[in-house]
Amino acid sequence: MALATDNTQGMSWHRTATSRFLDKGFFWLTAAFGIGVGIILLAIAFQVGRDAIPSIQKFGLGFLTATRWNPVEDIYGAWTQIYGTLVTSFMALLLAVPVGVGVAIVLSEDFLPPRLQKPLVFMVELLAAIPSVVYGLWGIFVLAPLLQGPAMWFYKTFAGVPVLGSLFSTPPTGRGVYIAGIILAIMILPIISAISRDALVAVPLELRQAAYGLGASRWETLFRVIIPAAFSGIVGGVMLALGRAMGETMAVTMLIGNSSNPSPSLFAQGSTISSLLANQFAEADGLQVSSLMYAALVLFGLTLLVNILAELLVSRVKLKM
Amino acid sequence: MTGGGGAITLNGAGASAPNPLYQRWFADYNKVDPNVQISYQSVGSGAGVKQFIEQTVDFGASDDPLKDADRGKYPSARGAGPVQIPTTGIFVVFAYNLDGVENLKLSRESYCGIVDGSIKTWNDPKLTKENPDAKLPDTPITFAYRSDGSGTTAVFTKHLVKSCPNWKGGSGKSVEWPTGTGAKGNEGVTAQIQQASGTIGYTEFSYAKENALKVATLQNKAGEFITPSPEAAEKALVGVEPDKNLVVSVPDPEQKDAYPIVSLTYLLLYEQYPDSAKADALKKMVNWALKDGKAAVAELGYIPLPDEIATKVVTQLDTIKVASK
Repeated sequence: MALATDNTQGMSWHRTATSRFLDKGFFWLTAAFGIGVGIILLAIAFQVGRDAIPSIQKFGLGFLTATRWNPVEDIYGAWTQIYGTLVTSFMALLLAVPVGVGVAIVLSEDFLPPRLQKPLVFMVELLAAIPSVVYGLWGIFVLAPLLQGPAMWFYKTFAGVPVLGSLFSTPPTGRGVYIAGIILAIMILPIISAISRDALVAVPLELRQAAYGLGASRWETLFRVIIPAAFSGIVGGVMLALGRAMGETMAVTMLIGNSSNPSPSLFAQGSTISSLLANQFAEADGLQVSSLMYAALVLFGLTLLVNILAELLVSRVKLKM
Repeated sequence: MTGGGGAITLNGAGASAPNPLYQRWFADYNKVDPNVQISYQSVGSGAGVKQFIEQTVDFGASDDPLKDADRGKYPSARGAGPVQIPTTGIFVVFAYNLDGVENLKLSRESYCGIVDGSIKTWNDPKLTKENPDAKLPDTPITFAYRSDGSGTTAVFTKHLVKSCPNWKGGSGKSVEWPTGTGAKGNEGVTAQIQQASGTIGYTEFSYAKENALKVATLQNKAGEFITPSPEAAEKALVGVEPDKNLVVSVPDPEQKDAYPIVSLTYLLLYEQYPDSAKADALKKMVNWALKDGKAAVAELGYIPLPDEIATKVVTQLDTIKVASK
């Protein structure tokens, strides 16, 4: 210890002008990168907002609740897409959060021998490396035929049941909101589990030892100490995953059925804001481009809202602890 | 190369429907004249027109003829106006996947009903009436359409506007579909039809042919049932007089033996090229394509241009300024 302190002191006495210049330079470089990211975000938001102005003027807030998307008559409303974005993302979180956090717990505790644990960690992280078009193709050729049977069972069993029945009110085909939701769940799973695992592993060993010292069992330690301590990290992972789910384009476009007719049914074909943009942007002109920009702006807003909510959630939980 | 003339590279972009044909033509032409290298990006008609107007390509391609608004934006540095050349005919078919049903016949009423959602199951009386020998199941019909903006959709909906009294969606590159499932690109629609029994969708004939999809026989304006083929589609173009921009519009052909959903696809060239070698090469290539390229047209499932239109194209090509030699 003492030796190390002496060393650094010795260094600082002999700091040359070059070293100080490099130090300053590095500081400003990182600052510029940091600010640059912010500027890029604002620039994109500004550009999208500016291009959306004609559509905002024409449709106003009614854009958010109207359900027609008709490029022939230039009538645009994005409710079907907003609903599709929210439902697929929510469904993805519902499926992926319990599984993802569970995976993270298994892979951070010493349940498994390291020889088995290491490859498993690697494989989960590898899921994140699969290109989304591959997920889309896999969804079309494997997942959709596989789900056809179970989906049909839901459709027949819940027919006529109020509320729940409306979720399954259309006959399932190979494309639809539910398949998009499930594929999104698989896609965001590695993000949630990888980040949650990092957060769990980063909890100081002293906390765990102290909990054991007070007589807590393994599960008490896990649920009362480790998970709360890692909570902000886990929420961070979930938010990143949600961002991915809301913005995912390729796989969703391939699986959701791309219909702008609104339906509460999970088996119906739907559309998300991202899939709408992917489909129509290349061949759009005039008010259609502007309306697509407006839809993009709405997606921006939704993401911002979700992030603010997450921040609030984290600070609430921190206060309680 | 050996002559020292140097290679000429031409870049084009646009319509995806004729893409297989263009790729074939440009590859074949490269063998005829190794100095000319042509690359073509199948980015869609709308993007093709945009890039043509912004002069980022040497030629554009579109399934829709240039609109007046786009003509207005033509760069004056490139001469008085665009040179629009029809290259080949395309036709749109109903491709379907239904086990055990080989030669599906669709009357006008039937296919209009499938598209507007009023015919929901395969054993609908309208369908069984036209197909007495086929075993049509009581399963739902899934209609597959293009979810991305597409020239194929434009051709298809132009026909619907003329032939279906109950069609309210209008016509355009993307429209509001009352029923069905959208898939991206010709390949998306093709995959969807191949995968799910009970699906019927519209696609450009060459894609249906390449993927060996079953195609429906359609009733034309004269009331005849026509099996889709390049020969039947060609009949829709015979005797039709193109306008001064060489546009031929046959949304619902009258001829007795003509297949009903037919259109031309166009190349967009500049009147003046800063590099006269490029102008020369393009002219020669189009002339070659209309004559020697005809074999590929039929082979890939496109419609060769009728002679009277081809003659006009050759005249139109002369308006392009070429290096004086």
